[in-house]
Amino acid sequence: MNSRSASVLYDVPGPRARLRYRLAGALGALGIAALLWWIVSTLSDKGQFDARLWESFEYNAVQQRILDGALATLKAFGLAAVGSLVLGVLFAVGRLSDHRPVRAVCTAVVQFFRAMPLLIMIFALYAAVFTAEPMWALVVGLSVYNGAVQAEIIRSGINAVPRGQGEAAYALGLRKTQVMTLLLVPQSVRAMLPAIIGQLVVTLKDTSLGYIITYPELLFVGKWIASNSDGYPYIPVLLVITPIYIAMCLALSGLARWIESRGRRGANRRGAAAA
Amino acid sequence: MGILFEKDNFSLFVRGFVGTIELSALSALFALLLGIMLAAFRVSPVPVLRAFGTAWVTVFRNTPLTLLFFVVTFMLPRLDVHISSFTAAVAALSVYTGSFVCEVLRAGINTVPLGQAEAARSLGMGFGQTLGLVVLPQAGRAVIAPLGSVFIALPRNSAVAGAFNVFELFSVQKTWSEDSYPIFASFFWLALAYLAIGFSISSVLSLLERRMAVAR
Repeated sequence: MNSRSASVLYDVPGPRARLRYRLAGALGALGIAALLWWIVSTLSDKGQFDARLWESFEYNAVQQRILDGALATLKAFGLAAVGSLVLGVLFAVGRLSDHRPVRAVCTAVVQFFRAMPLLIMIFALYAAVFTAEPMWALVVGLSVYNGAVQAEIIRSGINAVPRGQGEAAYALGLRKTQVMTLLLVPQSVRAMLPAIIGQLVVTLKDTSLGYIITYPELLFVGKWIASNSDGYPYIPVLLVITPIYIAMCLALSGLARWIESRGRRGANRRGAAAA
Repeated sequence: MGILFEKDNFSLFVRGFVGTIELSALSALFALLLGIMLAAFRVSPVPVLRAFGTAWVTVFRNTPLTLLFFVVTFMLPRLDVHISSFTAAVAALSVYTGSFVCEVLRAGINTVPLGQAEAARSLGMGFGQTLGLVVLPQAGRAVIAPLGSVFIALPRNSAVAGAFNVFELFSVQKTWSEDSYPIFASFFWLALAYLAIGFSISSVLSLLERRMAVAR
């Protein structure tokens, strides 16, 4: 949105409106600068930039721990991503089944797991089944919850393919499996991918729940470093691990945007120009 | 399944239930206010404010909720800011949810066709009239369903607060687990509680959606 063109909220600005916008921009910039300055000065007043608090990051052991934590996060994420996609496909197929009992069971399962807090499920799994292996409690919990969400994304994607496509295929004598694998899935997958990857970002963020069940992922490692170093450098640790989380999530959502823009190049351009 | 009626488990459960409701309701209110403010920034004609809104939303949508709880629990005391765990939890949940609310509102405003606003302006309506009579009523309808899923997710997310010293339903699960009650019995009652909360929110929303629906 360019301030020189009309948007749904604002008309094209005239000379006076442009002056007003510039004034508001200057005031806004001043306010934001003041906010940033306030944050930085508060942190330094409390001595959070003292070299003493940051010393622990110089040790190789600490750096290795952070790396291990990030890898543990990625490992749990990778396993959960595969698990949730497999479960998502299974649940989606079940919900689209022609057999009413299968459909009913899958619908109930999907709705139940979508409505439950992930933490409650992970903790129940941790306390009841995987007492010694918190990672599997995390991975199974994440897979089941996100699998249910992915199932809904896949199902609605397949349902969004124009009905005539399936009808035409059935009229040509294709079987249901053929209609699915040859027509509906290939056509819908491109539209679904951004939503699926968006949910994968949620999966990645939710691996931090492992902190609560003592799985040594990034946040847990951060807590360990902060509470075992001289001067309890909680703030320096947070200033280090937060960007790591944000970078990992942004990399994934960047992938989603890239795929979306690739999809836009294709022949299937119906309707997108309306926006 | 009978564990709910042993000892004083029932009052514990009720306290947890009320804790979850209070936490979710307050966070929903503040998240809505924050979301409206951020959305106003993101659609404003002032580039600096837009950039600020975008940066804020990018940071907080890509930060795990557990990390935000970690920040309010461990970082604020180091800065000599001492607030109760409940206030801290409301802050973490509102900041997290607020950026999702902002994105929903912004998408809603963008669904209104430009022609609607052009028609309103050519009829001589001012900014307030265009916004209040033409744009917002249409955006509001487009926004209800996605906003609903954000607010249905809120009570579920609030469970994380239980791990950071706030008493709510997850704390009930922890307490029962420490008292070595069968975990699936406690899971059953908690599932019931969360399903009840989720169901009541979604029925209110579908009522709202039906009331606001117009024939197109």
